[in-house]
Amino acid sequence: MKQDSTTNAPATPWHRDPGVRALIFQAMLLLVVVWSLGTIFSNTVTNLENRGIHTGFDFLHEIAPFAVGFSPFIEFKLGESTYWDVFLIGIQNTIIVSFLGIVAATLLGFVIGIMRLSPNWLVSKIASVYIETFRNIPLLLQILFWNFAIFLTNLPGPRQSLSLGETVFLNSRGLYMPRPVTESEAGAWIVIIVGIAALIGCVVLYRWAKRRKDQTGQSFPVLSVSLAIMILVPTLAFFITGSPVGVELPELKRFNFEGGMQMPLALFSLWFALSTYTAAFIGETVRGGIMAVDHGQTEAASALGLHRGQVLRLVVVPQALRVIIPPAISQFLNLTKNSSLAVAVAYEELVSIWSGIALNQTGQALVIIAMTIVVYEILSLTTSAILNFYNYRIQLVER
Amino acid sequence: MTEHHQPLPDLPPPITSTGVIGWMRQHLFSSPLNIFLTLLSLYVLSIIVPNIINWAFIDANWTGTDRTVCDANPNGACWTFINVRLNQILFGLYYGQHADQIWRPITAFIILAGLVGLLLLPRLRFKAWLGAGVLLLYPFVAFALIHGEWLGLPVANSSQWGGLMLTFILASVGIVAALPLGILLALGRRSEMPLVRAFSVTYIEFWRGTPLITVLFMASVMLPLFFPSGVEFDKVMRAVIGITLFQSAYTAEAIRGGLQAIPRGQYEAADALGLGYWKKTIFIILPQALKISIPGIVNSFIELFKDTSLVSIIGLLDLLNMAQTASRSIEWKGYDVEAYIFAAMLFWIFCYGISRYSQHLEKTLHRGH
Amino acid sequence: MNRLITIALAAGAVLIGSAATAGTLEDVKKRGHLICGINNAVPGFSAPDDKGKMQGIDVDVCYATAAAVLGDANKVEFTPLTAKERFTALSSGEVDLLSRNTTHTLHRDSALGLNFTYYNYIDGQGFMVKKDLGVKSALELDGAAVCIQQGTTTELNLADYFRSNNMKYQPIGYETAPQTRDGFDKGACDVLTSDKSQLAAQRTELKNPDGAIILPEIISKEPLGPVVRQGDDVWFNIVKWVLFAMINAEEAGITSSNADDMRKNSKNPVVRRILGVEGEMGRELQLSSDWAYNIIKQVGNYGESYQRNLEPLGIARKGSVNDLWTRGGILYAPPIR
Repeated sequence: MKQDSTTNAPATPWHRDPGVRALIFQAMLLLVVVWSLGTIFSNTVTNLENRGIHTGFDFLHEIAPFAVGFSPFIEFKLGESTYWDVFLIGIQNTIIVSFLGIVAATLLGFVIGIMRLSPNWLVSKIASVYIETFRNIPLLLQILFWNFAIFLTNLPGPRQSLSLGETVFLNSRGLYMPRPVTESEAGAWIVIIVGIAALIGCVVLYRWAKRRKDQTGQSFPVLSVSLAIMILVPTLAFFITGSPVGVELPELKRFNFEGGMQMPLALFSLWFALSTYTAAFIGETVRGGIMAVDHGQTEAASALGLHRGQVLRLVVVPQALRVIIPPAISQFLNLTKNSSLAVAVAYEELVSIWSGIALNQTGQALVIIAMTIVVYEILSLTTSAILNFYNYRIQLVER
Repeated sequence: MTEHHQPLPDLPPPITSTGVIGWMRQHLFSSPLNIFLTLLSLYVLSIIVPNIINWAFIDANWTGTDRTVCDANPNGACWTFINVRLNQILFGLYYGQHADQIWRPITAFIILAGLVGLLLLPRLRFKAWLGAGVLLLYPFVAFALIHGEWLGLPVANSSQWGGLMLTFILASVGIVAALPLGILLALGRRSEMPLVRAFSVTYIEFWRGTPLITVLFMASVMLPLFFPSGVEFDKVMRAVIGITLFQSAYTAEAIRGGLQAIPRGQYEAADALGLGYWKKTIFIILPQALKISIPGIVNSFIELFKDTSLVSIIGLLDLLNMAQTASRSIEWKGYDVEAYIFAAMLFWIFCYGISRYSQHLEKTLHRGH
Repeated sequence: MNRLITIALAAGAVLIGSAATAGTLEDVKKRGHLICGINNAVPGFSAPDDKGKMQGIDVDVCYATAAAVLGDANKVEFTPLTAKERFTALSSGEVDLLSRNTTHTLHRDSALGLNFTYYNYIDGQGFMVKKDLGVKSALELDGAAVCIQQGTTTELNLADYFRSNNMKYQPIGYETAPQTRDGFDKGACDVLTSDKSQLAAQRTELKNPDGAIILPEIISKEPLGPVVRQGDDVWFNIVKWVLFAMINAEEAGITSSNADDMRKNSKNPVVRRILGVEGEMGRELQLSSDWAYNIIKQVGNYGESYQRNLEPLGIARKGSVNDLWTRGGILYAPPIR
């Protein structure tokens, strides 16, 4: 194109040459962007200086002058933990609620999606009412509704807790469950190692089964055998080593339960709301994925003599998953971003304790907001990387 | 003459496969599993539905002006509360206090509804011009009415705006202001100039990777720092800026989808006609691309409409926060279920309505190339 | 590239240079009204009444400043601020004056670039618990869940108190005061902690006020007062002396009802100076001579403001720290002379 115009046409003046124009345009854009960012930056610096705020990362080493209540894996010690610890705890708690949410939303979403496709009119209608209700109401409203109007209002105080066999308790403070505690360190390690070995065994088994199938066409029930291995072998090791892992039950003390595994009510409500909300979207995705599998595929599979279960497992699900997984991963990312709404119900995740409490107590708006954004950007970029990798893999498989 | 064989008229299908019974057999009781599922669903519904209906309608309190009515009958919903606070929940603090001024937001809304209704009419001429007029002029009309200063009406400052009205304002200003930005970004992302593309991609991915709540925090706490002292925005304005920047990334993605859907031939034909980039884009590509991206934009509008509720976290009294504040007032404390459900219902009606419309659009706009 | 940055920075510098602001006093006079940052949800300090007019001891400072500067107490626009936004709003110039039950601390004074004028209410943090817990003292609270409003000094005092007494607690931190109260009311925690004045107000808002008690301990000093930006001494002095004038007026016995009479007839030089009949007090502050008269006439003296706003909540003043120094309190305003 460009060559055409330069060779055939009478000499184009330089300012009409698309190449030159593009260069000028880009230079202008660069100028504007750099200028705007520069202005914003220098304004911010000046403004902060005028206000006597010394921006920097020094405060990260200072001791946090407030308490953090929920931190299952990183220990928070009032008077010893620093702002940096608070930041890490924030990330940890974001990951916890997102992980729990993703698991629950996926399970519920699959159920809803399959119900939606059920030939049973009533079941399918219930699923569609569920989907339309949950996804058309703001998530924040749902979180507040479940937390304040339902759980807090209706759950009893610690002394009248609802209990399940005196081991699991639910009250207005949260959910309390037994916690595994190691009684013999060595034994626990043996069980863990055996578990890992069993996992490796399953992978080997899967590979072997796949090869055999490719070669001979005979299939092997990998899933059920693996499941059996994964459950039976570690259990066996557990008892042979003499039950090295005991259980700590939550115990009612003066104010509330102590010990055991605790899930604060804020986490519980947030988890509940995030899962039920995201499940509506995943349900739609699942439905779309299954419907996207051409009916001819099912018929062809039946014609080959596969029975119903095999048709589903070998033909429909693998193809449907290909359609389902990319949007489902985006939903997982959405759920993670939405977990920032915790700020409304006092669950201590990144936005709530870092962009909230820490920002307030230090006044370091610039650094704190930037750090928060970086965390979410990393999560989001990782997710897109995974997505792109998955799409790339799928493209290769396609024939 | 041979006798023709006369077939007997068809028998009607057996009663069990037509009508209500047939439908039920086919859809509810076709197999043992189905029978079980149907019965289970019926059982669950029979527990939930009557309770809800009793609470929300049969036992509910509708009359009265204070909580004594509701306190006397705690088994039913307290719609009295919603009724008393309705103006506040719909129009915010200022119009909640000045009931005589409520005609202003209502007029603004009616004008909008009329214009949108006109736009929805099929085969209206000059639709594009009308649409552009609505986008460009209507915001000023609405502002004049709602704020009041330009028309010499009693002034309702933006810090006094609230309720459903504020939710509408934030969502619609957000989507309209994000449109031009989104178009530029989408074009930039498909540009052949590496710098332009890099800038657009960075911008889009940056905003899409951040939760809106962080953006709003940034807008409310940091925006004032970005400008020289003396430049001030009020709270609503700051929220609008945050929402617009955020939304423009999503709009850009919706439009990019539209741009991608346009067959190469269109570009090539435009090139062959000797059109330059801007002419090609404005007269050939964008009209087609925008049309295809309308459902995508509408869907992102639904998301935005729901997401505006997040401004309650930075202290704006939108529909959600207004309802919540009302339910925490001394007069009505304890009736928060009603407040949440009422707000949820309003949100639901709009979002569901718009999503149905978007599905309809998707069908009618679907024209194979 | 380097040159581009230089150009950009230069352009930025020009932009900043051109936007240097005049003093707050001129800004307010030019604008014709005062913009006051408040909390709109604390009864007694700042909350709308039935007619939607802001009332409270905090907003009275705003009314008084408007009266002193503009001669009309009603020329105020209120900007409700969350605890999180308040300091940025003030330092960015969004509000002229922050009167939002804000505690004076060293950190805020120095690192945040704020100037605290004087105190319009001296508070202290306390605890409220449900009666049926049987707790009589804050020292029995080891292991309790505590509802608290995020981003306040209350949060820090709480941590200090529990730490120094070797006790543990579970913080439940909400964004707003009403949310915190709601959480406590519905059983999200055992204890609600806040400034005592707020606890008294919040207790009246519980579903069952009699089911909760306020514990005797006061665990912190909370001197609350209006705040201005650093670096504008003229404005700083004005707001400071608005508050001093209200306190001095009470000491001198000038009230909104007798101000006119005293202005005409009083022989007392102290009263005459306050009301602008004698001396050049107003001019020295760059205000009109009747600045203090306008405050007292339109808003009232400190005692009237307290009487109107805090007494109805059951926060008695007599003999408390918030009484005048002449009556056993610690409110002590420098003389107007």
